Amino acid sequence: MTTTAETATAELLDWYEQMAVIRRTEQAAQDLFLAGLVKGTTHLAAGHEAVAVGASTALRDDDYVFATYRGHHHAIARGATPEECLAELMSKATGLCGGKGGSMHLTKADRNMLGSYAIVGAHLPMAAGAAWSAVLRGSGQVAVAFFGDGATNIGTFHETLNLAAVWKLPVLFVCENNLYMEYTPIGSVTAVPNPAADRAAAYRLPAELLDGNDVLAVHAAVATAAQRARAGDGPTIIEARTYRQFGHSRTDPGKYRPEAEVAQWLARDPLTLARAALADRGVPESDVDAADQRARALVEAAVAAAKAAPEPDLATALTDVWADGSAGWRS
Amino acid sequence: MAAENLTLGKALNSGLRKAMEDDPKVIMMGEDIGKLGGVFRITDGLQKDFGEDRVIDTPLAESGIVGTAVGLAIRGYRPVCEIQFDGFVYPAFDQIVSQLAKMHYRSQGQVRLPVVIRIPFGGGIGAVEHHSESPETYFVHTAGLKVVTCASPVDAYWMIQQAIASDDPIVFLEPKRRYWEKGEVDTAAPAAQVFPLHASRVARPGTDCTVLAYGPMVKVALDAATAAEEDGRALEVIDLRTLSPLDLTPVYESVRRTGRCVVVHEAPATLGMGAEVAARVTEECFYSLESPVLRVAGFDTPYPASRLEEEYLPDLDRVLDAVDRSFGW
Repeated sequence: MTTTAETATAELLDWYEQMAVIRRTEQAAQDLFLAGLVKGTTHLAAGHEAVAVGASTALRDDDYVFATYRGHHHAIARGATPEECLAELMSKATGLCGGKGGSMHLTKADRNMLGSYAIVGAHLPMAAGAAWSAVLRGSGQVAVAFFGDGATNIGTFHETLNLAAVWKLPVLFVCENNLYMEYTPIGSVTAVPNPAADRAAAYRLPAELLDGNDVLAVHAAVATAAQRARAGDGPTIIEARTYRQFGHSRTDPGKYRPEAEVAQWLARDPLTLARAALADRGVPESDVDAADQRARALVEAAVAAAKAAPEPDLATALTDVWADGSAGWRS
Repeated sequence: MAAENLTLGKALNSGLRKAMEDDPKVIMMGEDIGKLGGVFRITDGLQKDFGEDRVIDTPLAESGIVGTAVGLAIRGYRPVCEIQFDGFVYPAFDQIVSQLAKMHYRSQGQVRLPVVIRIPFGGGIGAVEHHSESPETYFVHTAGLKVVTCASPVDAYWMIQQAIASDDPIVFLEPKRRYWEKGEVDTAAPAAQVFPLHASRVARPGTDCTVLAYGPMVKVALDAATAAEEDGRALEVIDLRTLSPLDLTPVYESVRRTGRCVVVHEAPATLGMGAEVAARVTEECFYSLESPVLRVAGFDTPYPASRLEEEYLPDLDRVLDAVDRSFGW
């Protein structure tokens, strides 16, 4: 794991490209939704890219990640391709879950992306359980639960912080605080100003409050917390402040957010910040543009492939109810 | 032959012990299950013998318990969660119904959920609301969950082991008022002699009326059959054992012979197991039925105060009354 100062320039350029791929994928998801090609719903994470890429690049491939219904960025950061994500959104046979999960449930278990969860907070205890399995195996793996600010007011958040602290589990709780619980400012429904970090003291856990649009800051904090967890010193809470560039879901224009606030956060776009960091290190703009172009080409090809992909066989609605693949008497 | 005379509670304890011996991936978790051995002592001695890593006293946090079990299960373990009393399962309802039941389906089989949720259920011990409930229908209604219940020590011993070995999530309902009742258990029975988990069983053969029961009501049904014999009626009692998936083939076969069917359960009648069974028996056996399928069930009220629970719970008289009504059609 590398710290901010040690992060190689080539590595940072690669992170930029990963963020660009996520941004392009989210824009494509929005376009496909507006074109009526996405079945169900979407919750886009454009603006949150630095959290996913900063964290994922600080983890081992065998570490476990659990995300929320706003989780496309984490699936991609853990190795899901834009094509299989977009195909899943479009309910195609080639989607990550064959179209059975949809936007809210992206899962890629063979890359240890252990699911996205649409019931707020439901995956926090699961991350604790996966972390516990690592302790039992002595494998040195950690589990990371990403969640939104809204999750900090639900029971499982508090239940899990407590039991993970008591059992010193190697789990990281990473809050993507984008300031809004769906359509309501988190500050208006929460007793403390920093919804995740301020709760840490109640469980005697360390907490870090940071700029979630700064990929280097996220990377450094997650690397430190993971190291701590692997050493047997238990969980860490990381609260990464960030901002959604789209609304809550589907076609929500997000008009409940003050214009000045939106403008301020758009000026602090994580890709813009990463570009500035690269420029500071002397990377020519043309190299960054080339990364953008590669991302664009990748996602354009992904969109085309997902559109062309076959629809799922209707019979799959009656598979996998049970572990043997069947639906048994319920069919 | 290693037949032992065990209480149902001890048979469960022995079955859990055997499951832990057979598979190091089996882990027990729940409130007070370690040092105390559980409020009903079903996990008595397990922490002492298998260690605090495999038998864990958890915080009082049912959603956290089941959610943690889900995380363990999708990474290769076989957690067995004890819910202290039936009514305490509702804080874990989201984890069981929205996650445990559905993750295999929605991930297209990428993850497996071999979790057993043990729940002491039903009334009859002088407890009250939250401690005497029969929540089976909620779980049976949820695709992706299997639901079973044992009625005898021998079933308790084997069914708990079969449930733990299953790759599907299973809600395992334990008839708490029967924990102290004894029966013969051959703990060394060869596998071929062990009855399958997802199968109903004729508990007492008869010719005149089919009486269906499960869990704590099997004894009531059997007692009713003994009493009916004095009236010259031979009731056939079937222990359903598995509520999801239901195994109604022996039931259809029985009802085609007897022409009459009474379903008994403690849970309220409305949308209970009896409703589902009545619908299916009617569809399958319509031309054999001499009378409608009748239900003997708890009332559609909250579980009553303990002084009133004997009025609430189906008993021998109510079962015999239903049989009489079935004949009076």
